[in-house]
Amino acid sequence: MLKISGLEARAGGRDILKGLDLEVGRGEVHAIMGPNGSGKSTLAGVLAGRPTIEVTGGSVSYRGRDLLAMDPEARAREGLFLAFQYPVEIPGVNNVYLLKAALNALRKHRGEAELDAFEFLALVKDKMKLMKMDDSFLNRGVNEGFSGGEKKRNEVLQMAVLEPALAVLDETDSGLDIDALKVVANGVNSLRSPERSMVVVTHYQRLLDYVMPDFVHVLSGGRIVRSGDKALALELERRGYDWLEEESAA
Amino acid sequence: MASGQQDVEALVGRKYRHGFVTDIESDTVPPGLDEAVIRHISAKKGEPQFLLDWRLKAYAHWLTMQEPRWAHVRFDPIDYQGISYYSAPRKKTDGPKSLDEVDPKLLETYEKLGIPLHERAILAGVAVDAVFDSVSVATTFKEKLASAGVVFCPFSEAVQKHPALVEQYLGSVVPYSDNYFATLNSAVFTDGSFVYVPKGVRCPLELSTYFRINAANTGQFERTLIVADEGSHVSYLEGCTAPMRDEHQLHAAVVELVALEGATIKYSTVQNWYPGDEQGRGGIYNFVTKRGDCRGDNSKISWTQVETGSAITWKYPSCILRGHNSVGEFYSVAVTNNYQQADTGTKMIHIGRNTRSTIVSKGISAGHGQNAYRGLVKVLPGAEGARNYTQCDSLLMSPDCGAHTFPYMEVGNPSAVVEHEATTSKISDEQLFYCRQRGISEEDAVNMIVNGFCKEVFRELPMEFAVEAQNLLAVSLEGAVG
Repeated sequence: MLKISGLEARAGGRDILKGLDLEVGRGEVHAIMGPNGSGKSTLAGVLAGRPTIEVTGGSVSYRGRDLLAMDPEARAREGLFLAFQYPVEIPGVNNVYLLKAALNALRKHRGEAELDAFEFLALVKDKMKLMKMDDSFLNRGVNEGFSGGEKKRNEVLQMAVLEPALAVLDETDSGLDIDALKVVANGVNSLRSPERSMVVVTHYQRLLDYVMPDFVHVLSGGRIVRSGDKALALELERRGYDWLEEESAA
Repeated sequence: MASGQQDVEALVGRKYRHGFVTDIESDTVPPGLDEAVIRHISAKKGEPQFLLDWRLKAYAHWLTMQEPRWAHVRFDPIDYQGISYYSAPRKKTDGPKSLDEVDPKLLETYEKLGIPLHERAILAGVAVDAVFDSVSVATTFKEKLASAGVVFCPFSEAVQKHPALVEQYLGSVVPYSDNYFATLNSAVFTDGSFVYVPKGVRCPLELSTYFRINAANTGQFERTLIVADEGSHVSYLEGCTAPMRDEHQLHAAVVELVALEGATIKYSTVQNWYPGDEQGRGGIYNFVTKRGDCRGDNSKISWTQVETGSAITWKYPSCILRGHNSVGEFYSVAVTNNYQQADTGTKMIHIGRNTRSTIVSKGISAGHGQNAYRGLVKVLPGAEGARNYTQCDSLLMSPDCGAHTFPYMEVGNPSAVVEHEATTSKISDEQLFYCRQRGISEEDAVNMIVNGFCKEVFRELPMEFAVEAQNLLAVSLEGAVG
């Protein structure tokens, strides 16, 4: 599904990723953990094609194609979805309108008929129940005046509607209280399938109590310094990141 | 980021679609303006004496006036003696009595513009009074309107058939001495539209006029007068396109609205005249005076405008809230791209008690465009309980464009409440990236965001016009992508 080799990237005038390797198979859920500034969000940004990040080395293959050569919209249409850490507000644009445009862009790309307003609404309302969102969400501006928790739920709603092949969740748990976290985790879990891979970027292992990863990787200094299973996340919870950084420096 | 900026600039560089010239023999007077030209226009139209006298008074007054220079726009001096003041498509006999008699080339022009006169009018239920170079050549749905008692006809026809109404109301909102361009218009106007809605009548159709400027070097001076008698209701749509042209063309129209007691007039404009090329060459000078008079109690006048065209737009559709409890509204979207300039806004003059006004202005600047909102809210001492709400939002799409806001308030009654809000924003790279990450192309994303910005204005437009306005905005701001 996804193969990252020797990835190097710069952002804000600094080298952030310094030779990162990662392989994600079909249906697998990988958690990327690490301290602040280790490059987690930069990795998510590189995968989605964020224009402010400059890739300076390495390669990324996605479903057999050179991901780095694709526009952000082409990546999205090929099934790559990024749940943003800080979803942007777009005043005046209806939430439901954006989502319908997005879904139809994907369907058009796949050669499927575009959904009309009624079909689309039926689909969305179904998914909204899952995310415990009421109808008023549909006609508000995209993320306009949403609370932090509402924004994150909206991201997962979009993911549920767009049904990506690879979902990258960038700190989707940050800023959520425990109830909202459960709703979001429940939404994410309902999307797990043998066909769908996920990369879950998180600072805390708290989310991983609800979204059980197949693999856990620790990112530090722009490289993956350790990989393991769920037990690694628990160890990090207990011991923090310092011991790993000391080990990798030694 | 630099790349995002370039992309936005590429998107806004789309070519003007409606650039073509129809070859129709024109009956044009030589360039220049003097009393003889005015007498010629008046005689050509067989006007009554009162109208000729009015024109001549306006001309005499105009000679004493100076061209105003206070607007935030720049343009080369206009050679008023270089303009031809009359141009009419040549008539075969006494003028067309039905569409069959209309010059086929003219109809073809409308086809190119996407205005198939007969079909569109029937399908959309819209009566079209098509103004082509100063003379109205086709009018539809006359019978249906006539059975409701509504008069909707070319101004020159109204002068012949309803001279008393014309004499009573012409110049009663915009007097001949009002301002430089309105005074010039009063002296030389050639045609336009006239509407009279009788007492208690709700006009059964949306009234629509498509204006066009065609013959080279012909200034266009339209005169529109709409009178809504007591308790009546009318919605009027004005839409414009013009062929591509290399030299500047002056357009100085006057629109007067009169709403008597309990009457409502809704006036919607989509203006798409030739804006000039990417270097700012050519394009229309659109210097228009539009004013409505809420003359009776409980009357209402609502202006909605979408201004995407013209090299220079200079207009302030205004409301005089004379009647008690009368309501004035102004909803505006103005787009300036390349070297376009717009200085537009409104005046709300509160005279009657409990008068209310709402102003929502959306300015979009791209390229080197300059966009100014200029508005006056004036509350006279007798306007007890007057209310105004003003909202001015500017959207900047390039580093070289400008947005300016000039709000004026004169409040002469302590019970009045006047609110003003203003914002300036740009389409952020993060918004574009967010949309693209959802699979939406950059071009569609820009459209979506701009339309979202304009939503409060678009929803005031009649349905068919709202779609047209969104298309126009897309044409004005999209690049030649795809």
